[in-house]
Amino acid sequence: MTESTASLKTKLEERFSNELIDCIVDRNQVTLVIPAEHIISVCKTLRDDDEFAFSQLSDLCGVDYSTYGQVDWATQETTATGFSRGRQNTLDDESDDDEQRKFAVVYHLLSLKHNIRLRLRCYLNEEPPRIASVTDIWNSANWFEREAFDLFGILFNGHPDLRRILTDYGFIGHPFRKDFPLEGNVEVRYDPDKQRVVYQPVTITNRVLVPRVIRDDNRYAAEEEEQSDA
Amino acid sequence: MPEIRNMTMNFGPQHPAAHGVLRLILEMDGEVIERADPHIGLLHRATEKLAESKPFNQSIGYMDRLDYVSMMCNEHAYVMAIEKLLGVTPPERAQYIRVMYAEITRILNHLMWLGAHGLDIGAMTVFLYCFREREDLMDCYEAVSGTRMHATYYRPGGVYRDLPSTMPKYEASKWHNQEEVDRLNENRQGSLLDFIESFTDRFPGCVDDYETLLTDNRIWKQRTVGIAEVTPERALNLGFTGPMLRGSGIEWDLRKKQPYDVYDQIDFDIPVGTNGDCYDRYLVRVEEMRQSNRIIKQCVDWLRKNPGTVMIDDHKLTPPSREEMKDDMESLIHHFKLFTEGYCVPEGEVYSAVEHPKGEFGIYLISDGANKPYRLKIRAPGFAHLSSMNEMVKGHMLADVVAVIGTQDIVFGEIDR
Repeated sequence: MTESTASLKTKLEERFSNELIDCIVDRNQVTLVIPAEHIISVCKTLRDDDEFAFSQLSDLCGVDYSTYGQVDWATQETTATGFSRGRQNTLDDESDDDEQRKFAVVYHLLSLKHNIRLRLRCYLNEEPPRIASVTDIWNSANWFEREAFDLFGILFNGHPDLRRILTDYGFIGHPFRKDFPLEGNVEVRYDPDKQRVVYQPVTITNRVLVPRVIRDDNRYAAEEEEQSDA
Repeated sequence: MPEIRNMTMNFGPQHPAAHGVLRLILEMDGEVIERADPHIGLLHRATEKLAESKPFNQSIGYMDRLDYVSMMCNEHAYVMAIEKLLGVTPPERAQYIRVMYAEITRILNHLMWLGAHGLDIGAMTVFLYCFREREDLMDCYEAVSGTRMHATYYRPGGVYRDLPSTMPKYEASKWHNQEEVDRLNENRQGSLLDFIESFTDRFPGCVDDYETLLTDNRIWKQRTVGIAEVTPERALNLGFTGPMLRGSGIEWDLRKKQPYDVYDQIDFDIPVGTNGDCYDRYLVRVEEMRQSNRIIKQCVDWLRKNPGTVMIDDHKLTPPSREEMKDDMESLIHHFKLFTEGYCVPEGEVYSAVEHPKGEFGIYLISDGANKPYRLKIRAPGFAHLSSMNEMVKGHMLADVVAVIGTQDIVFGEIDR
């Protein structure tokens, strides 16, 4: 942790002691976790207060945390049966319904004055996920919020023009949610009889060539212990 | 009396000046633009979602295809994000090679931009000149990676291979006789570094040529001076980065302010505009080409003096050499594991940004400890720039839309992702 990130952490903790859920410094990057209802007031302070002066919103994105830490292939149990049978289809797994924090919106702020970045995260629990729009604070949020709405179905209250942006006209669903299949639901082709382009259910299936695995690597385990000791 | 209404006009997506697949809905009052509504996403390939289903290294190639005129800079951000998560640092030589190629890429990008921008608003010749120089830089790409564009050359832990000691040469054919070919091969006799050096010696003269054609050209100035002026405050608020921000007079360059790799050991200047119009942004980018040339020269010098390894020697992360693999059981296992499963990245999240030719290109990477990214978000500079289209063209003429698209340096690969 360098001096600037440490001092930013202290400043944030002092200023937002009421709102703050968590303030993490990891790999020299500061993450501030706040509840969604305080987003407007916190962002205003972060932009206007001289000790923060985050004059630019570099990035805003949605994250779907519903399958975090899940793997395709539990190695221990299924090694003998081979990969194709061993792979669990995580999409059919309905066990994550009671998962509390499913979506998050992540803001990346940049302060030119102090030359520092801040990551701001709000977890959203309702369905559909909702949060206030920050377009009035940083105008660059406009398209980023449209994108998060399009891809994750996150609703931004007070956004002037919340339309889909990246997907097709008339697209159904929010493709970056983890329960949306990689190959999609519909495909288009030209129908020579009808003389136009038609939609039909996808005819391809997704083949997973490399399963998703988490190896508990000793090298990193040792590092983590050191960090927790420190 | 008939009612007078504004006309709505559809611009693109198949318009040569739309630089790809931009569809603009323009509300026109006569020839003056009242409102512009860009429709994007026609090139959306869900790169971020695809990356979630692939081991980390297999997505490097997708990065090339984002902004397909500055390939290696995209890789740079992605590779640095993985390195930050893993906590590894590539060898110094690899860092110099990366910086050199990042600057070669910047020149490639700016040449493409200058040519296309010029062509859009009425300067044909400069397009041909720019593509002449681009060809040499493409050859540098090819010499080092085997492909002219989609290189996949940067890897977590270094670069794929060291710089070659020979340059590929032209061969005589029925279209080019031996004499012609000999002339083309003149500066390809030595190593790749020799070739790059001969380019850097020649290139400032080429930039002078472009400037002779454009900088004081009356038509060029009429089309760019005072067009789409952006104040520094608005530029910041709209999320501008790179030359778009510097054109408005804010001195902000990640290579200087938050240096990565070896940029802190290299001497270069940041050009800044004053008025924030298309002409200033043009001047900034042209000067950036000269500065990039300076950086490349310094890198060539350093690389000549300091041979060494270009990849970290950790076979949990980087593959062993073919020779080792065939000799040594341990290496074979490493090779097998790397190419079937990849490597697992420790849990965490990281945002890594580079000064891409178009602005700040950021990769936000979340890993849950698996061999594939949990979430990858690409912060494309063009996305933020294009979102300001409405504000930039409001009140200008229809023909100025083309100048604005040009000055924003729009490439749809990165905007639609």
